[in-house]
Amino acid sequence: MNKIIELKNVTKSFDGQVVLDNINLYIYDNEFLTLLGPSGCGKTTTLRIIAGFETADEGDVIFMGENINAVPPHKRNVNTVFQRYALFPHLNVFENVAFPLREKRVPKAEIESRVTEMLHLVALTGFEKRSVTSLSGGQQQRVAIARALVNNPKVLLLDEPLAALDLKLRKDMQQELKKIQKATGITFIFVTHDQEEALSMSDTVVVMSEGRIQQIGTPVDIYNEPKNAFVADFIGESNILDGVMLDDRKVSFAGHVFDCVDTGFGKRTPVDVVVRPEDVDIVPEAKGMLRGVVTAVTFLGVYYEIIVDIKGFKWMIQTTDFVDVDEHIGLSIEPDAIHIMAKSEYSGMFGDYSSFSMEMDEIGELEEEQLEELGELVDPDEPAEAPAAESETDA
Amino acid sequence: MKNPNAVRRRSTRIERFCLGPYSAWAVLFIVVPLLFVAYYAFTDNSFHFTTANITRFFTATSSVTDETGAAREVHTYLLIFGRSLKLAVISTVLCLLMGYPAAYIIARAPARTQKIMITLIMIPMWMNFLIRTYAWMTILQDTGILNSFLSALHLRRVHIIGTESAVVIGMVYDYFPYMILPIYSVMAKMDLKLLEAARDLGCNGFGVLRRVIWPLSLPGVISGVTMVLIPSISTFYISQKLGNGKFYLIGDAIEGQYVANNLHFAAAIAFILMVILLAAMAFMQRGANKKAMA
Repeated sequence: MNKIIELKNVTKSFDGQVVLDNINLYIYDNEFLTLLGPSGCGKTTTLRIIAGFETADEGDVIFMGENINAVPPHKRNVNTVFQRYALFPHLNVFENVAFPLREKRVPKAEIESRVTEMLHLVALTGFEKRSVTSLSGGQQQRVAIARALVNNPKVLLLDEPLAALDLKLRKDMQQELKKIQKATGITFIFVTHDQEEALSMSDTVVVMSEGRIQQIGTPVDIYNEPKNAFVADFIGESNILDGVMLDDRKVSFAGHVFDCVDTGFGKRTPVDVVVRPEDVDIVPEAKGMLRGVVTAVTFLGVYYEIIVDIKGFKWMIQTTDFVDVDEHIGLSIEPDAIHIMAKSEYSGMFGDYSSFSMEMDEIGELEEEQLEELGELVDPDEPAEAPAAESETDA
Repeated sequence: MKNPNAVRRRSTRIERFCLGPYSAWAVLFIVVPLLFVAYYAFTDNSFHFTTANITRFFTATSSVTDETGAAREVHTYLLIFGRSLKLAVISTVLCLLMGYPAAYIIARAPARTQKIMITLIMIPMWMNFLIRTYAWMTILQDTGILNSFLSALHLRRVHIIGTESAVVIGMVYDYFPYMILPIYSVMAKMDLKLLEAARDLGCNGFGVLRRVIWPLSLPGVISGVTMVLIPSISTFYISQKLGNGKFYLIGDAIEGQYVANNLHFAAAIAFILMVILLAAMAFMQRGANKKAMA
């Protein structure tokens, strides 16, 4: 595979605050790559540096073997789908999509056919004469994608493009984006804070935090072999425990020595141990490797999510067996369900469910959304708001 | 930008009640006077219907001597109207040429700077219009501030007062804020993401201006042009003071007829001017709408 974009030692600060700290990243041709991380992790800044809206303080952006640090956005062979679409309110659907072609003085007949083809690709045939402000959020999204693709860019940059859509529509658009990426063979660089979205769509996931890349890998790698506590916690649910690697394939945590499959950490090395909630089996108390008391049970349809107190550490376990609060149970963990990570700066920050409750979690998410919305209120220049019916309803 | 699909809300009883005083005011001080203007325009001194006043505007002739001393016959009021239109258009174009970039720069400045600059532009408007015009007289006079300044620098003195340039300077100065403010308010509201999108899609700086900023700022430009063109086409004071009365404008004509107690003919000129301006505005608005829909 060919490297299409390389970021080399890219560093960027705003007002003395470092937002990107020595980023090194290769992006290959035809790949669906996702930059994943919480807000403020630097993912959008990375995208804007590739688009040319920001310039790196240090480091190089290489596009198809050429340094493009000094190339302005309009001369780069990449196009962007903006978070709130940024459609031109004074132009109809056809003219929005035709915009880049008219700039390049493409002959009329060709414009006609390429725009028609693009609108067909995004399933908006027949919408040519419609005003973009009269479209729903999902339709505006499709126009934005068609407009960004009509120029046949080498790379398409997508800045949280699905964030403003409701859950159902978002799922559909995920499928559709993946399909469009396959059909066009264009490299997609997708920015999101939604780990599920990242796992389901990407070939490669780049997990970022605090301006640094934490891990690069396939979705399966990232989920099964997280490199540190941050990644383990951010992708899915994880019980993360302090442990000591006694020897190859022997690890001690929670007061018990477990068999595991990891090697190469040396003897008596402190490590972080990850156990996914779905990988823990509930057994009668007497047969358990670990024993504890159930403190909370939540029914989630497909499974129960239970919190178990084991020697003061709260585990999350997902099970289809019903257990009751205050019940004493035993836990059994298979060797391949145990994932060992070296200690990192994130050790001890994540993976304990002692303060966990579903409600708390939802309140937290709501606050984040409200903050985002407040941020937008300060910015009163939204041309065409997505209709209220399609505002964010996840959580 | 309003959503065109937004459901039009029915006004409540209380809203209509609150609107009452304004409606009454509008009827009393706008509609009724306009009807009076029309009534006077189409009647003679004994209030019988006539179109003579209107016809007089288009047919009245007089003889003028040009620079060579040769006399020629001209259509008096058409000539005056043409002169008014010319000076008003020049002033409007100058206001637009200066105001558009200024509005853009202000709209992109930090919020604090924006406030200061807008205040500076508005401060002269707090002073009386006549006083501002007198101030320009003292500046532009042959022995005025400008010429004293020039001779202090050992530069050639200029003769401006009493020329068309002086009238244009006065108009531009007086009406400039009316150009810059509506354009600024549109520019300040513009979504910066749209400018980024345009650059992303292949526009250089000029392309962004031509294809996104200009069309989106057009509503502001149209109100600015309207708000400068209309008062400058009908002004009479500026031309009297700064033009030394040599440039008889349509406003002067109306004033002159009024002072001479020729109310019916004054009304006819005002009426014709109004019709022409309304037609021009409607035309401009339609052009803008068409562009907006394209």
